[in-house]
Parts: sequence; C-alpha cells; structure tokens
Amino acid sequence: MAVDAKVVAQIAHLARLHIDENLVTEYASEMTRVLALAEAMDDVDTDNVEPMAHPTHAVQRLREDAVKETGQRDAFQAIAPAVEGGHYLVPQVIE
Amino acid sequence: MHKDTIATIRQNLASGQYSSTELCQHLLERIAAHKDINAFIEVNAEHALDAAGKADERRAAGAAEPLLGVPIAHKDIFCTRGVRTTCGSRMLENFVPPYNATVVDKLNAAGSVSLGKTNMDEFAMGSSNENSYFGAVANPWDTSRVPGGSSGGSAAAVAARLVPATTGTDTGGSIRQPAAFCGITGIKPTYGRVSRYGMIAFASSLDQGGAMATTAEDCALLLDSMAGFDENDSTSIDQPVDDYSGELNNSVKGLKIGLPKQYFGSDLSAAIADTLQQAIAELTKLGATFIDIDLQNQHLAVPAYYVVAPAECSSNLSRFDGVRYGHRCADPVDLEDLYKRSRAEGFGREVKRRILIGTYALSAGYYDAYYIKAQKIRNLISQDFTKAFAQVDMILGPTTPTPAFKLNENTSDPVAMYLNDIFTIPANLAGLPGISVPCGLVDNLPVGLQLVGNYFKEAQLLNVAHQFQQVTDWHTKMPASIT
Repeated sequence: MAVDAKVVAQIAHLARLHIDENLVTEYASEMTRVLALAEAMDDVDTDNVEPMAHPTHAVQRLREDAVKETGQRDAFQAIAPAVEGGHYLVPQVIE
Repeated sequence: MHKDTIATIRQNLASGQYSSTELCQHLLERIAAHKDINAFIEVNAEHALDAAGKADERRAAGAAEPLLGVPIAHKDIFCTRGVRTTCGSRMLENFVPPYNATVVDKLNAAGSVSLGKTNMDEFAMGSSNENSYFGAVANPWDTSRVPGGSSGGSAAAVAARLVPATTGTDTGGSIRQPAAFCGITGIKPTYGRVSRYGMIAFASSLDQGGAMATTAEDCALLLDSMAGFDENDSTSIDQPVDDYSGELNNSVKGLKIGLPKQYFGSDLSAAIADTLQQAIAELTKLGATFIDIDLQNQHLAVPAYYVVAPAECSSNLSRFDGVRYGHRCADPVDLEDLYKRSRAEGFGREVKRRILIGTYALSAGYYDAYYIKAQKIRNLISQDFTKAFAQVDMILGPTTPTPAFKLNENTSDPVAMYLNDIFTIPANLAGLPGISVPCGLVDNLPVGLQLVGNYFKEAQLLNVAHQFQQVTDWHTKMPASIT
C-alpha cells in the first residue's frame, strides 16, 4: 500500500498535526516503508485466531463507586498554558 | 565509591564507611564532570543532598528502609512532583507534574535518593536515544556510538558509574537493548507487575517499568521496592510479589532453558553468537540443560509491533493538545490551528511519524487490515511462547543482533532502526518478563544475553542472572575511561 501526499494530508488532519509542505513526500515514503513491513503479516492465515486484547487475559477491574480523590483543580491548572476563573482558555469557537 | 553496587552501598551506609550525603555529593560531582555523555536531562543537586541528609538523619535515628540513602535516578518518563518531567520532548519542556508516579512514590518510601532525571528518546520512541529533544546520549564505552534506547540515559548513567541504578521503561526493548549496549543488567518485568501510574504512556498494552543496574542482585533490590499492585493503574496485576533478592541464591541445577532456532539465525552477528555459546557453556556447568525450541512466528513480531505500538501511541498522544498542559503555539488563529501547530512544534520527527502511521492503521477501512490483524498475530506469537513454556523454564537468546552502532548510522532509515529490536519485541507482545545480562565484549563493546521467563517469573530470571554473574565477570567490566 503506497501512501501518497494526499493520504499524508488526510491522516495529518485526522491526527491534528500540521505537517510542513516540504516534508510531505518524505513522510509518505517513510509511511509506505513501515506499512510494507506490516505486509509480512498478510501471508499468515489468521481467520480462526482471536485478536489479543490483553497479554495476561486480564479483565477490567471494577472499583467501588466511592469518592476518593479530592479536587486538584488549582494544581492542575497551575501548569496550563492559559486559564481564567477555573476554565481552560482556547481561541473562540462559537461566534 | 562510585563503583560500589547497591548491595555494597547498603553495607557501607550501615557500617558508617560513608554517609549518603558523602556518596551523593561524590556522584553529583561525577555527573557534572561527565556532562558530555548527556545522560541526564535534569539534575537537582540541592534536592538530592537534602534528601540524602534526611536519610542520614533517619539512619542515625534507627530507620532501616531497604534502600535508605541509596542514590538512584529516574528515567524522565516517570512523573516527579515539583520536578520537571519532559519525556525527552519539547512538548513537555516546561512540564512540572503535580503528582508522583507510583514507582517514584514506592522508591521514595524505600528510602532511595533521586539524583535526577535521565535522558531518553522522545516519548520512549527510539532505539538509540537520538530522538531526544535534549540531545543524543553518548555510549560511555565509545562516545561515537549510541547507548541504545529508549532508556539510553538510564543505561549510560549506570555504565559511566554516575549512579548505581536507574529506573527504565520497556515497550519494545527499551530497558534490555540499552542495557546490552552499555554493558549493564536490565529487567523488564511481566506486563502489569510494575505500576504504570504516572509513567507517561506510549503504547499502553506494551509499556512496562523496570530496573537497570550493574548486577542482577541490584536489579532485584530495586524491583523488590518497585513491583506490586496499584489500584491507580487499571492494568496492574493484583497478586503477591515474589521475594526477588531472597531467591537469588537458588540453585540453577535442573533448570531447562530453551534455545529458539529463530534467535540464532542470520540476523545475529557471529561474534555475539560466540559469546552466547560461552554463556551456554557456563550455565551448563551450573547444571542447566538446554533444549532447542521453535518460536515459529517470531519473524512477525516486528511487523505486528510497528502496527500496535504506533496505533496506541497515536491514541495516547492525542492528549497533548496545547490546552491543559504542555507546549502551546503562539497566536493560534482558531482551535484547529491551536491543536495542529502546538503538536507540530511540540513533537519531534519520529513521534510524528509514529502518530501518522498509527492514525493510518486505525483509520476507517484499514482498522481490520492492520490493527486487528496485528493483534491476531500477537496472539500467535504469544501461543508460541505458551507452547515453549510447557517444555522449558525460560528461553535464552541474544538481546540485540549487533553491539552498539554509531551515532547517525541508522537515522535515515526508520525500518533499519526498528530491526534493532527484533529479539526484544516478542516478549513485549506476549507480556512476558525479560532480562538482559552482560555476556561478553565484541570489538571492545559490550553485548548482552537475554533470558525470557514465563509470566511472573522475574525471581527466576534474576536468580539465573545472578548465578551467571557469580561465575563470570562481564558485569564488572567498565568503559576504559572510568577510573
């Protein structure tokens, strides 16, 4: 599966990642090479194999529905790029 | 005293030969004198000496925690409250976590003193430590060569005798491969044995924290305090922890060790194969027996890994959005621009490459062909191990196909770089514990043997490694520049 510049642009958008125009071709060729590596798996019949979900087949542990953590908003917002009145600030989204 | 193992340091602190303050001061001076290796991203001398002083006071008052006053360093992937934690990335260049990783809390509780945070490949993605935003790390054995990665700073710091032991993490070989390249011992426990809480996530179904030190005994002493159930990690395993240091002196007699024919093929350098044969001879003398085994799907491990790991990385790293913490671009025109440019500026080349590959593999129309296919292959690889462990107690092979390569040698070809982890990745895919142990020198560069054990058999791996180190001296070899 060859990845071209158009696919890189689509995927970069899905990943919310700006890619410099002059590097798109390079990323396309690197992605093509790594995905070619993955094609070795195509030779193996896996129709009757279950996909592995967890190395030791553990299931999701449930905990008691009880309040434990205390509010840490100030500590967490102290390291945020922009906050005001307990809110995280981003560029205006709604006109 | 910088050459002392933790086992010796404990005795010397207890007998009063030197204090933790004296030892830490000496090591901090060494770290400053060896800045060229670039093993550390952050050294907090004041904080370390304060902690060492408190440890000395506590010892004088009768305290005796297992690692009281013992200096260590944490890979900069473990969150440390109030101490900058970068994960080797510009994205987290100024990130000061408001909480400690469980591993950090546990090692603090055991009395250890952290000297600083070690360099690493950005977000643990790499096999050479060349992907760090804070610069490459030099291998102390030959500074024109890489120390391996991603825990390259942790390995180089121990090899240069800047600190007796470090924490590391291993997603596809990131403890074992740098341990082999730097001539030290490193163990990746069973998936879920060491808490991932506060350990910045790369590929959550593969990531596992572990210990790096000169000897298996020191790894055991560290792991004794690191391992265990943590309710803050949803994949942590709730079962008792073995007494790792207590089982080091068990006899190896009667142990059955498997030799997978796939690990001794053309991928392996002849010189490393020779060192493994000598190691096999030593273990035979100790009473172990060797059986040829077949791990027939091993050749699919690297292909499966480079789908699963990037897929999970693309999902995990979506949290870095320039909003709540981490790098934010200047003057975003709108929210999409904020996301896209913050991430583009914050992440380095390899991380971006893996995010793109992972996003592609998870995108509509390709999910079954790549991700589900890789998870099925992963099951086959795991089944190979299960069959093998019906016959043998553990598996022996090389840690790496070659000794440490030159800086910049593999940076132009991502696939060539990825193939460095050909022997370490299978254990991550299956979630099994593995240890790398120094077993020789090739062209004056250290090489390692790898032992892979069955689930939760860390004690057995450490025991065999320790017994091997009682009859060999490869783990005592140091770079010529270390005096």
